[in-house]
Amino acid sequence: MSRTTFFEVRVLNGKTKEHLCFLDKVEPYSTIGDIKSLFHKSYPHWYPARQALSLDPKDKSLRDEDILQNLPVGTTATMYFRDLGPQIGWTMVFLAECIGPLLTYLLFYFRVPYIYSHRYALTSSPHQVVRLACACHTCHYMKKLIETIFVHRFSHGTMPLRTIVRNCSYYWGCSAWLAYYINHPLYTPPSYGELQVNYALFIFMMCELGNFSIHLTLNNLRAEGSRCRRFPAPTKNPFTWLFFFVSCPNYTYEVGAWMSFSIMTQCLPVALYTLLGFLQMAIWAKGKHRAYSREFKDYPSVRMAIIPLVL
Amino acid sequence: MASSEDDGTVEEKENNNKRRTKSALATAWLTFYNIAMTAGWLVLAIAMMRFYIQKGTTKGLYRSIARTLKFFQTFALAEVVHCAIGIVRTSVIVTGVQVCSRIFMVWFVTNSIRQIQSEESVILFLVVWTITEITRYSYYTFNLLHHLPYFIKWARYNLFIVLYPLGVIGELMTIYAALPFVRRSGMYSMRLPNKYNVSFDYYYCLIILMLSYIPLFPQLFFHMLRQRRRVLHGEVIVEKDD
Repeated sequence: MSRTTFFEVRVLNGKTKEHLCFLDKVEPYSTIGDIKSLFHKSYPHWYPARQALSLDPKDKSLRDEDILQNLPVGTTATMYFRDLGPQIGWTMVFLAECIGPLLTYLLFYFRVPYIYSHRYALTSSPHQVVRLACACHTCHYMKKLIETIFVHRFSHGTMPLRTIVRNCSYYWGCSAWLAYYINHPLYTPPSYGELQVNYALFIFMMCELGNFSIHLTLNNLRAEGSRCRRFPAPTKNPFTWLFFFVSCPNYTYEVGAWMSFSIMTQCLPVALYTLLGFLQMAIWAKGKHRAYSREFKDYPSVRMAIIPLVL
Repeated sequence: MASSEDDGTVEEKENNNKRRTKSALATAWLTFYNIAMTAGWLVLAIAMMRFYIQKGTTKGLYRSIARTLKFFQTFALAEVVHCAIGIVRTSVIVTGVQVCSRIFMVWFVTNSIRQIQSEESVILFLVVWTITEITRYSYYTFNLLHHLPYFIKWARYNLFIVLYPLGVIGELMTIYAALPFVRRSGMYSMRLPNKYNVSFDYYYCLIILMLSYIPLFPQLFFHMLRQRRRVLHGEVIVEKDD
């Protein structure tokens, strides 16, 4: 009969090194997540999502799935705790980031009083393209909301409170800035008229469909179980064939959608917003591309990060 | 087998040599840069003093040093490049913000808006900048040459406590004085309707910039205070993790 050796875990404050908690009789197969739950019992205001535990104050924090037994510690483990601050779940974050722009744009579309001169309060623009732009913008964010609720499965549980404030100000502020010009009484419709609007609208819809297809594909990838990790690949859906050329076609389609929106409205602030979005998404895409290339030995070399054959 | 091992060490030595020449080159360039900037700001300081002593007034002082100021202040953009390529270990963002605010003041406020060039606030921030820059660049020069006199270190990490707020006051007063002229002339502004459906009002932009000093100035000031504690008192400051 084997005796299980129980572990003891000592938790110290990472900054002040003061002793916070001593856990004894910890099962060797417990995960860091279990230890965080135990720590939470002694300190109820530090819920597990807020805790960062590491073996050394300067090290990166340990993952929740790491098993105590597999860590380079003796039977008495010393861990250092860092408070990550109040956390919000990713789903909540995405919802807040999507509802804001959707509603803000509508405020400007309906020309709520005190935004434009009072002569124009609660009037509507005579241009068809402005109505179209409102429909496109609203559909874009509705699609995002639906995806957040029904499609996305987030790997990280939470995000710090400060980040959500910063992100929301950015998205809500930019949406207000765009909406101000598109719905302005002195708005000038595109130079090439109907032709420009219709072509741009078509490309916008294609990009939105593409983006949605990619999200579905990525979701199915995750659904097949986490045992065998595979990188995303093209499926029968033609929109996913962009995977032949690019690691993150969802970002490519997103940039495409915003570019066509800016051509459709012929509005410079929209183009600037598209540029900023492209820069941020290019950074994310490059990171993901690097992670894929490192993890999978047979990763196709023709694939670029976000722009086929270029970036 | 033995030959491949030799190749390995030869390659290592070559890489080490390359690194050493690169860092020697970097040090040589930085030394030259800092000496040049110290000299430039000294010239500015002396030109300003000469003007005031000879003419007894500050009217027209800005015009007399405008070209030199523009040259040396714009050249400071090189410092952002230094941080970006890593030969100077400072944050690109902090340096970028400081250099950009200087360039903005010189080119977009005092250079473009003639009427404020005879204001006293301009002289105030010019004097502050001159003293600060001479101290800073001579500090870097002596540091690179490993012969740093204590009084320069003391000056660099203590004078800013007085000079930084004074400089901010001078800059803010100058922008405030420029506002009516900007409004009247409508400079750098674009109104609706236009083909690209965009508008820009330089007047409100200046007001927003003035307001942005409120969050930015304390951050930069406390950054300098933390540096001061670390350098002068050897305290180890624990930075807040993001």
